[in-house]
Amino acid sequence: MVTRYLGAPVRRNEDPRLLTGRGNFVDDIQIPGMLHGAFVRSTHAHARLKRVDVSRALAAPGVHAVYTHGDLGPLGDPLPPLIPHPTLKHHKTQYALAPDKVRYVGEPVAFVVADSRYLAEDAADLVEVEYEPLPPVVDLEAAAEPGAPLVHEDAGTNVAAHYTQRVGEPDRAFAEAPHVFTERLVMDRGCAQPMEPRGVVAHWDPRLETLLIWDSTQAPIPIRNGLARLFGLPERAVRVIAGDVGGGFGPKIMMFYPEEIMVPLAAMRLGRPVKWIEDRREHFWATNHEREQIHDAAIAVDDQGRIIAVRTVFLHDAGAYIPYGLIVPVVASTTLPGPYKIPNYHAEFKAVFTNKTIVSPYRGAGRPHGVFVMERLMDRVARELGIDRAEVRRRNLIQPDEFPYDVGLIYQDFAPLIYDSGNYPAVMDRALAMVGYDRFPEEQARARREGRYLGLGVANYVEGTGIGPYEGAKVHVEPSGKVLLATGVGTQGQGHYTSLAQLVADQLGVDVKDVHVVTGDTGEFAWGTGTFASRAAVVAGSAVYLAARAVREKALEVAARLLEASKEDLELEGGRVLVRGAPQRAVSLGEVAVAANPLRGTIPEGAEPGLEATRYFGPPRGSFAAGTHAAVVEVDPETGMLKILRYVVVHDCGTVINPMILEGQIHGGVAQGVGGAYYEKLVYDEGGQLLTTSFMDFLIPTAMEVPDVAIGHVETPSPLNPLGIKGAGEAGVIPVPALVAQAVEDALAPWGVRVREMPLSPVKVRELVEGSRREAPA
Amino acid sequence: MAATRTVRVRVNGTLHEREVEPRLLLSDFIRHELGLTGTHVGCEHGVCGACTILWNGEPVRSCLALAVQADGAELETVEGLAPDEERLHPVQAAFVEHHGLQCGFCTPGFLMTVVAFLRENPDPDEAEIRRAISGNLCRCTGYVNIVKAVKHAARSLRARAPAGASAAPAGR
Repeated sequence: MVTRYLGAPVRRNEDPRLLTGRGNFVDDIQIPGMLHGAFVRSTHAHARLKRVDVSRALAAPGVHAVYTHGDLGPLGDPLPPLIPHPTLKHHKTQYALAPDKVRYVGEPVAFVVADSRYLAEDAADLVEVEYEPLPPVVDLEAAAEPGAPLVHEDAGTNVAAHYTQRVGEPDRAFAEAPHVFTERLVMDRGCAQPMEPRGVVAHWDPRLETLLIWDSTQAPIPIRNGLARLFGLPERAVRVIAGDVGGGFGPKIMMFYPEEIMVPLAAMRLGRPVKWIEDRREHFWATNHEREQIHDAAIAVDDQGRIIAVRTVFLHDAGAYIPYGLIVPVVASTTLPGPYKIPNYHAEFKAVFTNKTIVSPYRGAGRPHGVFVMERLMDRVARELGIDRAEVRRRNLIQPDEFPYDVGLIYQDFAPLIYDSGNYPAVMDRALAMVGYDRFPEEQARARREGRYLGLGVANYVEGTGIGPYEGAKVHVEPSGKVLLATGVGTQGQGHYTSLAQLVADQLGVDVKDVHVVTGDTGEFAWGTGTFASRAAVVAGSAVYLAARAVREKALEVAARLLEASKEDLELEGGRVLVRGAPQRAVSLGEVAVAANPLRGTIPEGAEPGLEATRYFGPPRGSFAAGTHAAVVEVDPETGMLKILRYVVVHDCGTVINPMILEGQIHGGVAQGVGGAYYEKLVYDEGGQLLTTSFMDFLIPTAMEVPDVAIGHVETPSPLNPLGIKGAGEAGVIPVPALVAQAVEDALAPWGVRVREMPLSPVKVRELVEGSRREAPA
Repeated sequence: MAATRTVRVRVNGTLHEREVEPRLLLSDFIRHELGLTGTHVGCEHGVCGACTILWNGEPVRSCLALAVQADGAELETVEGLAPDEERLHPVQAAFVEHHGLQCGFCTPGFLMTVVAFLRENPDPDEAEIRRAISGNLCRCTGYVNIVKAVKHAARSLRARAPAGASAAPAGR
């Protein structure tokens, strides 16, 4: 009987190592002779650099070098842009060190290298920087106005891009519709805050002529390729290792952070290994943010609440530079339609420069914004037309027989936005049943009689996952019978050492523990892009499956010769190839591997040696997961405190590789969603100073705030890849702001509170209660 | 450079003696002087709890202490919990069983907090568990499976405890 790992809650291969303190995080790297770096960062949001004097710092104890922009040569140019877009007219990118002007607080101005981090930080304090302050551009709407001070003078505007997508005839549809409702909806700044800050170690090995980099990145291969180009080295001479990465959630994929240039530069110039580890305060300034958008939205419906048209016109705060392009606002505008049929749609945005930290995707990457807007509009329709909120959603859902469903837009991968498969009514109905939707009005009424304010929220989403271009995998059986799997998608905790091993173990009939996975090391596998957009399981998983299947075929062919049996009569089980029905006629996989790589004789014409295969997989377009979250909350109108009493997620991500890992992904996403909806907010003052630069100001939820999560699965496999997988990495976070907004409104219905901004907070809830005109019932 | 001082500490049963600057953080001492990199540094301002170690049996944030303060102390770090990956401490084993970790960065701090907590309270309910771990931040798991792991660990520790120590009924 062949073990089936696919779909089983296999315990993780990586856990014992991580649990015993044997992880391989970037700050764990110690190399003899290693030096340590510290950055001097701008204390101004917007200023000209008049003078940077490093003389005192250079003379400080233990200092080996202090670099400023003038020392960089060609590396002083703007760093390469990542993802261009035809409407992105001003694709401004950051510098390794600021040349003559700083554009956000925290922008690197100088880099100090010393014997220890303590000494490097001492010397960094001695670098004298003279600033000529310029008017800071902080407010998003003001930044977009003509005549605003310019973040980039040569652009002549703060509007980096202005992009519109339309489906049908939205103008006419709005003009003719019986009901039109408008809303202004705001999401403020947040950020990912992985528990491990960023870090880079660089070591130039003169004998191997190799630049060895340890980097807490989600995209080691593009980092290697880019560094080779920037430093004029052959690609094979740069090896980037992203070993264990302590959480990523998006911002660890940016190429290039200034530190990823400066650390290798210093290592090469000084001929010594150099380490830089970000501290938490730096992380708040220097690691990318997300979320800030202002949407002017409208919905047109008929008398039954059926959608005729939707419009969103929004501003996206890009921060000081826009290296990553338009991914977040494009994802926001293309996620907005969700599971609903929207015959006419107008999505228009401006991406705007401000003197704030750069924005790039953070878990959700625009999806929470789109879902927040759409679900707020649905709530408005339900309220205005007096239709039950679940019912108004149900009336507009795409039906199971309507797939593939062409939304009519272009998605972030520049492919048409076509939903591959799904069963949205089943997902929503399951969530309503699990949360107790039908009995909730009675529960709510009972609680109100006791002076408690309960509210229910339900929100739907469709999640674009598994986009191209491609990933690859190499599967190799060693003479020991153990299997090596190498792939390019690094892991930041998603369990690749296990889920990908499961796919191989099933094909080769070996124990999942005997599949050793190597990811995130360009010395082992150097083709691919990285771990983002909920794509690793879909795209790399498919490549792994194809490579393992190819090795299986090869093993059967070689074993057939060894066993003098027909290939069709063989099976792989327990690390052996055996003749079906005659298990004494068997050969171990290790012996097959040796036979496939002989010292004498030959291998068949056209064959490749060894039990090894490399395969690539590129999906034609993304696969679309979907889900419904529902929750019951209790709000204290006196204190503004929120308590989540029940939380339900019903999710469809196609074929599930490992339900235990999947549920963990959802739990973590919900927690981040709850944080972003109620606790976490980045606050800038009018001068562009970030006021929230510690965990005492930016409140990440603890175990006291995050609820238990009940999870239900619906499985609609994707037709776009061999296993039917869809991604799941962002599912937990996406609809949480929409859900919390609705649930809080529902709980505070006696006050007629309207939630139009995210995040909420106890203070905000109090303000909403006090601001409402109606009096509380006795 | 500041004058150094001698620090003698016993860590996981082994005595270490080093000359260190008075300003050296205990977390940096453990990680970079002793090479025990299982203790992680997440915030350096005492909130995240990733650097939690046991100091004479009590959980302490090693980023908020100086190495010189630990002179003469008995410290336990994550490396001391199990002899190897095959013989895990019951708390570690419970984290495997209930998928209580993802990226693994905050995990050592949770383990040390939980080990100390279960010594003090061998039979906690869920509210007590959540309160006990509320000084440790995790960004991956949403705490759901950590809570499950702690419940499970408490059960297996009680089952191992000598007769008469703590005999709570299973499955409470």
